[in-house]
Amino acid sequence: MKVDFHKEVDHVARLARLWLEPDEKAQMAGQLNSILEAARKIQELDTEGVEPTSHVISLPAVMREDETKPSLPLNRVLQNAPGRKKDYFHVPRITSAD
Amino acid sequence: MTDFETVIGLEIHLELLTRSKLFCSCSTTFGREPNSNCCPVCLGLPGSLPVFNRRAIELAATAALVLNSEVQSKSRFDRKNYFYPDLPKAYQVSQYDQPLAKGGYLEFEIEGSPRRINLERVHLEEEAGKLMHAGSSILEADYSLVDYNRAGIPLLEIVTAPDLHSGSEARLFLENLRLLLLYSGVSDCKMEEGSLRCDANISLRPAGSKELGTKAEVKNMNSFRAVELALNYEERRQAAILNSGGTVYQETCHWNEETKETIPIRGKEGSSDYRYFPEPDLLPLVLDGAFINQLSANLPEQPIKRCKRFQDQYSISAEEARLLTENRELGDFFESAAIHYNQYDNLIKWVQGDLLYQLRDSGLAISGYEPEYLVELLRLLDQGTINRPVAKELLAESMKTGTDPKELVNKKNLARISGREQLLPLAEQVIADHPEAVENYRLGKDKAIAFLVGKAMALSGGRADPGELNQLFREIIRK
Amino acid sequence: MKLYKKTAVELSKMLSKKEVSAVEVVRSFAERIEEVDPVLKAFITPTPAEALEMAGEVDSRRADGEKLHPLAGVPIAIKDNISTSGIRTTCSSKILHNYIPPYDATVVRLFKEIGMPLLGKTNMDEFAMGSSTENSAFFVSHNPWDPERVPGGSSGGSAVAVSSGMAPLALGSDTGGSVRQPASFCGLIGLRPTYGRVSRYGLIAFASSLDQIGPITQTAEDAALLLGVIAGYDPLDSTSLPHEVPDYYRLLNADLKGLKIGVIKENISKQFDPEVNTGVLMMVSLLEQGGAEVDEVSLPLTDYGLGAYYLIAPSEASSNLGRYDGVRYGYNAGGSCLEEMFSRTRGEGFGAEVKRRIIVGTYALSAGYYDAYYLQAMKVRTLIRRDYEQAFKQYDLILGATTPTPAFKIGEKSDDPLQMYLSDVCNINDALAGIPSLSVPSGRHSSGLPMGMQMAAPPSGEALLLKVAHFLDQQREVSSRRPQINYDEGGSCQ
Repeated sequence: MKVDFHKEVDHVARLARLWLEPDEKAQMAGQLNSILEAARKIQELDTEGVEPTSHVISLPAVMREDETKPSLPLNRVLQNAPGRKKDYFHVPRITSAD
Repeated sequence: MTDFETVIGLEIHLELLTRSKLFCSCSTTFGREPNSNCCPVCLGLPGSLPVFNRRAIELAATAALVLNSEVQSKSRFDRKNYFYPDLPKAYQVSQYDQPLAKGGYLEFEIEGSPRRINLERVHLEEEAGKLMHAGSSILEADYSLVDYNRAGIPLLEIVTAPDLHSGSEARLFLENLRLLLLYSGVSDCKMEEGSLRCDANISLRPAGSKELGTKAEVKNMNSFRAVELALNYEERRQAAILNSGGTVYQETCHWNEETKETIPIRGKEGSSDYRYFPEPDLLPLVLDGAFINQLSANLPEQPIKRCKRFQDQYSISAEEARLLTENRELGDFFESAAIHYNQYDNLIKWVQGDLLYQLRDSGLAISGYEPEYLVELLRLLDQGTINRPVAKELLAESMKTGTDPKELVNKKNLARISGREQLLPLAEQVIADHPEAVENYRLGKDKAIAFLVGKAMALSGGRADPGELNQLFREIIRK
Repeated sequence: MKLYKKTAVELSKMLSKKEVSAVEVVRSFAERIEEVDPVLKAFITPTPAEALEMAGEVDSRRADGEKLHPLAGVPIAIKDNISTSGIRTTCSSKILHNYIPPYDATVVRLFKEIGMPLLGKTNMDEFAMGSSTENSAFFVSHNPWDPERVPGGSSGGSAVAVSSGMAPLALGSDTGGSVRQPASFCGLIGLRPTYGRVSRYGLIAFASSLDQIGPITQTAEDAALLLGVIAGYDPLDSTSLPHEVPDYYRLLNADLKGLKIGVIKENISKQFDPEVNTGVLMMVSLLEQGGAEVDEVSLPLTDYGLGAYYLIAPSEASSNLGRYDGVRYGYNAGGSCLEEMFSRTRGEGFGAEVKRRIIVGTYALSAGYYDAYYLQAMKVRTLIRRDYEQAFKQYDLILGATTPTPAFKIGEKSDDPLQMYLSDVCNINDALAGIPSLSVPSGRHSSGLPMGMQMAAPPSGEALLLKVAHFLDQQREVSSRRPQINYDEGGSCQ
C-alpha cells in the first residue's frame, strides 16, 4: 500500500512540534520513506514469543533513601532561561488549554 | 422522556507524603519560593537521569494494599510524551501497561447500605510543574509563568471502574477514600493545597442498558462538594441533550466555580497520541512477597475497623465512634485518655461536647493538649472538688494555657464550696441583701430561688454547688 | 621536547618523576591547539585557562608530597555532549549554542578529582547523530591524515584532537559506533564499554538504551588507565552496573595463549574495501602468532541490526529531544504564542539530520505504528543479543572490520542519509547487544589512510579487549600512529 508520506510528515512534524519549510517537508517525506523501507527489513523476522528488549541490563530497579539534599540556587536554575520574569520562567500566550 | 442511568468513573491523583521527590532529592515542601526546590533532574536538564525514591514506592504499594488492589511483582515505567511548559522533559514518567497494582475496591455505606466501588488500577507517576497565567484565565492571558517546585513530586493515580451513579455517590466515595488514605499515612489529601485532585468521566445511558454512552470528562473541580455539583450539572446537561434527541460529544469540560456550570473547552484535535514506550532510564520495579508482607504487617488501623472497635471496646454509639474516626486526632486523644479513665460514657460526653467546642472556638489543635489533663479534670469533678460550671471554665483555661487543671484549681482557689457549714453564711448574706426575692418566693414565685442561687454563686466566685444552694434556700426561707 | 607527541603513559611517568610540570604539559598542548586547530577544527570551546589552573593545582599538590593518580596532570579533551559546569556545552547544535550547564557530568567530576586538566570541548555531529562530524551546526572537523576527509563521527572532534597531538587522550560517546568509527578513521584506539559500565549522568542523551561514554586514545595502556578513572557504579545513574571495576592497567599483559577468537563471517565477506578485510586478517595472524586460536563464527542476524537500530535510536531520541523547547534554556525563536514558539524554536534550532531522526522516531512510536516498528525492533534486539550469547559460548572474543572503508571525503555521503547509515553497519550490533567493543588500528590503506579492526567481548569483558589491544600495540611502532602534519602558511595540512 502506497503511503502518502507528505501527509505522514505533516502529522508527525506537528506531533513533534517541528516547524518545517515546504521544501524540507518534501525532502523529509522521501527520506522517511526510504529509511522506513530499510527498517522494514526487520519485519521479515519471526518474533512470535520473543520478549522485547527494553533494557540490556537484567537487574532490578535501584532505590534511593528518602532524604533531601540542597537544591540548585535560584540564579543557577534560571541562568539559561531565554524568558524570565522575576523568579519564574516566562512563556508566551498559550492558546489551547491543558 | 427516557429514563437515564448515570455512569461515573473517577480519576484521582494524590501527592505522596515523601520528604524528597520521586526521582531526585529535592524537597517536596509546599509553599516555598518559586523554583527553589529544583535540581538538574527535576528540571529535566540535558544529561540528567532519574533514581527511584524507595519511600514513594512503599507508600504507593501501601495505598494499593489498603485499596485491596493487587500489587504486581513486576511493573514498569513508561514515558508519556507531550509538549507543555510545565513538563520539563516533554514527557511524564508514568506507568502505562504494567502498573504497580491492578484491580481493587473501596467499600463504604451510602445511607446505611453497603456499597463497593471497584478500581481499575493504582499506579505511580511524577507531578508536573505549576503554570500561572497572567490575567483571569489561560485563554485570556498574554503570557504565563512557570514554577518547577512541584515537578517530580510523586503522584499516585487511582482509577475507578464506572461504578458510581450520582454526584453525591462520587462525593461520598471521595470522602471515604480520603479518610482511608489519610489513615494509611500515604498522603495528606488536601484538595485545597493540590495534594488531592479529581477528574471525572460521566455518561448517561438508557436505564437497563449494558453499553456505555458517550462520556464527557470533567475537570477543574477543587473540592468534594464541587465534584458533586459539577457532576449533577453535567448529568442535567447531558440528559437535556439526549431528551431533545441530540448527541452528546466526547469532550472535556471545565467546572466553573463562580458560575456553577461545566463549560466544554476546545481541546487538541482528536485524542492525544502520547507515544508511550518503556522508560529506558529506569529498570523494572520488582516487588517481592517479602516486601509486600512487611508492608501489610505494618499497615495502620483502617477507619472502618477503628470505628467498629471504638463501639465495641468503649461501648459508645455508632455516631460517637464515627466522630472519633473521622477526626483521627480526636480519636487518638480519646484513646489516650481512656487508658487512665474508664468511665467512657462520661469521657465521650466531654470529648464530643465541651472539648470539641473549645477546639472549634479557639482554633487550637487537639494534638497540643494533654489527654491526662482532661482525665484530671474529670476526676476532680467526680470527687466533688469542683462543680460542673467550674469544670467547664477550667477546661477552657487549661486548653488555652496548656496548664494542668489541678494547678489551676489551687492557684485560683476554685475548690468547690459545699456542705451546709460552708454554704450557710453565703445564703444568709444573700437573703439579707435581697429581701424582695425572699418575699417573692414566699409569695409562690419559684423563680426567685434561681435568682438567689445566682447571687450566691457570684458571691462564691462560682465555687458553690448550685444544686445544694437551691435546696438550702428553700429550707431556710420556709422556716 | 615536543610533549604533545607523548602518550598519556609517557607523560604520566615524566610527571611523576618530576621531569616536567603539569603546567608545561598543558602549555605544550595549548600551543599545539593554537597551531593546528584553525585548520583541523576539532574544538568548539577550548579551555586553556581552566586547564592551566588545574595543572597548577596538581603541581602544587605533587610538590606537597601528595600521592597522586597516574593520570594527574595529564590533560584531556572531551566531546561537547558531556556536561561541564560553567562551561558551554552545545552538542554542536544551534539549539544549545549558549547553554551553560550548572553541574558536571559524573565522568567530569571523576577526572577533575584526579587532577586531569580539561583542554576543551570537542566538535561532534549534532546530538551525536551522524558518522562524519559533518552534521555539526558550527563547522566540519578535518581528518589529520587527510584534511579533505572526514574524521568520522559522531565523536570526530575528539579523534582529531588525539590523532593530531592536540590532546593525549579524549572522551567520546558511542551509541551506534560513534567512538569506534572515528577512532578507526583516525588510526586510534576507541573503546565502547559494556552498557552501564560508565555513568551516563551528565551525558546529554541521544538514545538512552544505547549511549555510553568511551575513551579515544593512542594506545591500549592509555585507554586502560582512562577507563579505570571513569568506570564504576554511579548512584545518580539507575542503569549503571554495580560490578567492581578491575584494575585494567595492571591486568594488561601479552599472554594470548588459549584465547579463542571468532572472526565474524558476516563482517569480512561483505562488499567492503578489500584492503580493509586484508588488514583484519593481518591482525588476526598476529594474534595467532601470539597463541590465540582463531576460527570463523557466524552471527546470522547481522544484517537486521541496522533496521532495528534505525528504529530504536531515533525513537528514544525523539523523546529525549522533546525537552528542547526554548522555555528553560537554549535557543528560543520567539513567537506570538506558545505553539508557535515551540515549533519555530525546534524547527530553526535543530539541523536537518536531527529533524529527520525525530520524524522517524516519532513516527515509529506513534499510534498504529508502534507494534510494527518500535516493538518489532525491540524483539529483534533480543534475537541479536541471543546471537552474541551463542557466539560467546564458543569464543572469548569476536572480531571483524570496524568500518567498510577508510575515511571518506567531506561531502561524499552527506547528501544521502541512507548511505551514511550504511557505514555504521559493523558497529551497530555490539551496541544493540550492550557488549563492550573496541577498535584497534589495523594497518594503513594504500591511500595512506588508517583502517581499523573491531573486537567485541561478553559483558564486562573490557579487560580482555584491552589486553589483546595491548598485545597488538606491542607488535607495531606507536610512533607510526600519528599522521605527519606540516602546517604551511596556506592554511592546509600536508
